Amino acid sequence: MARLLALIRKEFLALLRDKASRMVLVGPPLIQLLVFSYAATFDLANIPFVVINEDPGFAGRQVVARFAGAPAFRLVASLPSTEGMAALIDARTALLAIHVDRDFTRNLLTHRPAPLQIVIDGRNSNTAAVALSYASNIVLDYDAEWAAMHGGTRAAATLDVRAWYNPNLLSRWFVVPGIVGLLTFVVTILVSGLSVVRERESGTFDQLLVTPYRPWEILLGKAVPGLVIGAGEATLIAVVAVFWFGVPLLGSLLALALGLLLFLVSAIGIGLMISSLAATQQQGLLGAFLFLVPAIILSGFATPIANMPEAVQYVTYLNPMRYLMVILRGTFLEGDGVADLLGQYWPLALLGAASMTAAARLARRRSE
Amino acid sequence: MNVGRLRGLIWKESVQILRDPSALAIAFVLPLFLLLLFGYGVSLNAEHVPVGVIADHPNPQTEPFIATLRHSRYFDVHALPSLPAARAAMARREISGFVWLPGDFARQTLATGPAAIGVALNGVDANTARLVEGYLTQSWQIWLAQMQQEQASAAAFPVGLQTRIWFNPALRSRDYLVPGLIAVIMTLIGALLTALVVAREWERGTMEALMASPVTMAEILLGKLLPYFVLGMGGMVLSVVLAVTLFAVPLQGSLWVLTGASALFLLVALGMGLLISSLARNQFVAGQIAIVVTFLPAFILSGFIFDIRSMPAPIQFITHILPARYFVSILQTVFLAGNVWPVILPDAAALAGMAAFFLGITLWRSHKRLD
Repeated sequence: MARLLALIRKEFLALLRDKASRMVLVGPPLIQLLVFSYAATFDLANIPFVVINEDPGFAGRQVVARFAGAPAFRLVASLPSTEGMAALIDARTALLAIHVDRDFTRNLLTHRPAPLQIVIDGRNSNTAAVALSYASNIVLDYDAEWAAMHGGTRAAATLDVRAWYNPNLLSRWFVVPGIVGLLTFVVTILVSGLSVVRERESGTFDQLLVTPYRPWEILLGKAVPGLVIGAGEATLIAVVAVFWFGVPLLGSLLALALGLLLFLVSAIGIGLMISSLAATQQQGLLGAFLFLVPAIILSGFATPIANMPEAVQYVTYLNPMRYLMVILRGTFLEGDGVADLLGQYWPLALLGAASMTAAARLARRRSE
Repeated sequence: MNVGRLRGLIWKESVQILRDPSALAIAFVLPLFLLLLFGYGVSLNAEHVPVGVIADHPNPQTEPFIATLRHSRYFDVHALPSLPAARAAMARREISGFVWLPGDFARQTLATGPAAIGVALNGVDANTARLVEGYLTQSWQIWLAQMQQEQASAAAFPVGLQTRIWFNPALRSRDYLVPGLIAVIMTLIGALLTALVVAREWERGTMEALMASPVTMAEILLGKLLPYFVLGMGGMVLSVVLAVTLFAVPLQGSLWVLTGASALFLLVALGMGLLISSLARNQFVAGQIAIVVTFLPAFILSGFIFDIRSMPAPIQFITHILPARYFVSILQTVFLAGNVWPVILPDAAALAGMAAFFLGITLWRSHKRLD
């Protein structure tokens, strides 16, 4: 036991010895947490729009006022006719144009259909879809109010929509718990992905192998710093998420800790596998990168796994990040406990056991 | 500047590239890998969303509404027996939302009106939840319109929304993600390739040999720049061909504008890489810095996925110093909208300024000194 502790101590010293390495472990993740948490949102604010109101009546002005008064919209120009509208949308000065017809008020008052035309820039399809749903809500509200004030048919049924777990549909509540996982993942893979290969490059790995240490002890020594640093970083980021960004943490802390622990073991196992396979640090770095990018993209961090083609969805079952994302969002937002997440724990445990075993075998074989 | 010496340096660098397969891999295999990964793996278009439907008393009034949901390609309708069953399915993440038609639905729609249709959505993924809400609203409006036609009553929606979506009428998320992705890939190729090359010369000690020769620093840098420029443009051509053929992204603008903008952007990326590697002088640190300062910001802050206009003001300010932001804007415009000069010219000017800045500062920082 004492000699194991000595080995672990040595690994920590090797990792934290120089200032640059210490900085790389703490600085960038914190900066990224702040910048990405503010930047990575699908919610829209400041949607610039132009108005072409050809309607002399009051209804046109009312509708336009609804848009101009909505917090997500910002009026950038009013044009007398559709001339010039295309240039504003092309140049991205305005995301959408609202065109009120000449007969708008008259049609409304005579109970004829009164179309409201919206032209929208679809270059970013998601932005366009979200902006249209905002616009549609404004128009539906106006419809309901018009029907109440001026008579006419009321809709036979209304939709009463509630969003569970995230009542105001804040993107940030979705993204920030994901970032907890993302940054922990990147740091852990970088720490463990370079640990074996660094020693091999400087020739000290062979020295380690001729000591009385057993292979599993050496591997454990390599795994513990990654585990401690990963767990520390995850805790720090989770605290910032709750206290700075105000994301609720409703579920059990035990369930979160257990999930993170299982995830860290499987991530470290994969990192050690990469490290054992690589001959040089550069290969180790490239290997870590080539694993990180697809693992992040196919984790459900930014885009839902359900939108991917079916074959790709099966591939994601091999990705530890996939399970972590469910655990994080489950414990943060849905109030999950250990029992709710068993279906995520066992694949992680399986991946961890498999990758650790593979890493141990690879590390030994490479040095023969 | 001596043409003969420069030619010699370029020759040396090209031989090194061809000998070491990793540079070629970064330039050609990486774009292929990333384009396939993103093109197939990343989509913001939700279809076949699993939605539960509970009709307390199924009858001729509820049936048309459920049929409208079934006909929508956005939903995968699961009939559920009761509200508790729906809650349980939601907690198990088997459905992303449910629609509840209460017991008095038929009576309310026929008589006193309006009946309330209860909708609960799993809001964890706020963006998908909002899209699903929009699709449900559409289905609901279709159902109401059909009902009115049958009963020949007046429209329930006095103001109808007529939308025209320019540039991407079907709102395919791939059409805007793939052009943006090209910017991410080019950032990676340009910065990662060159970040490693000068650092490698320092690490291997061959930089000293170069300095002992009569070549000037400008010639050394130019000798590094030109071969990797050609390599990067090769990666660009590959990406554009894949985008147009494999992913069927329309290319509305001219190829010349695209080539010119790419060349400018590549110069910026190469300049950043050269600067990083002449400051770091160590392949490991240079590689790390290149990934952190170029790849991740190009991914999140460039407008590639997340809309810049909705970011808080300080973050928007930061995006202005990112070259990827300007390139993403040019790419999305040239591919989907065409040659819109009011967008392209300012962005291209920003890129040109940045290229001059990074290359100038690299030249200024690099001296023939060994300290």
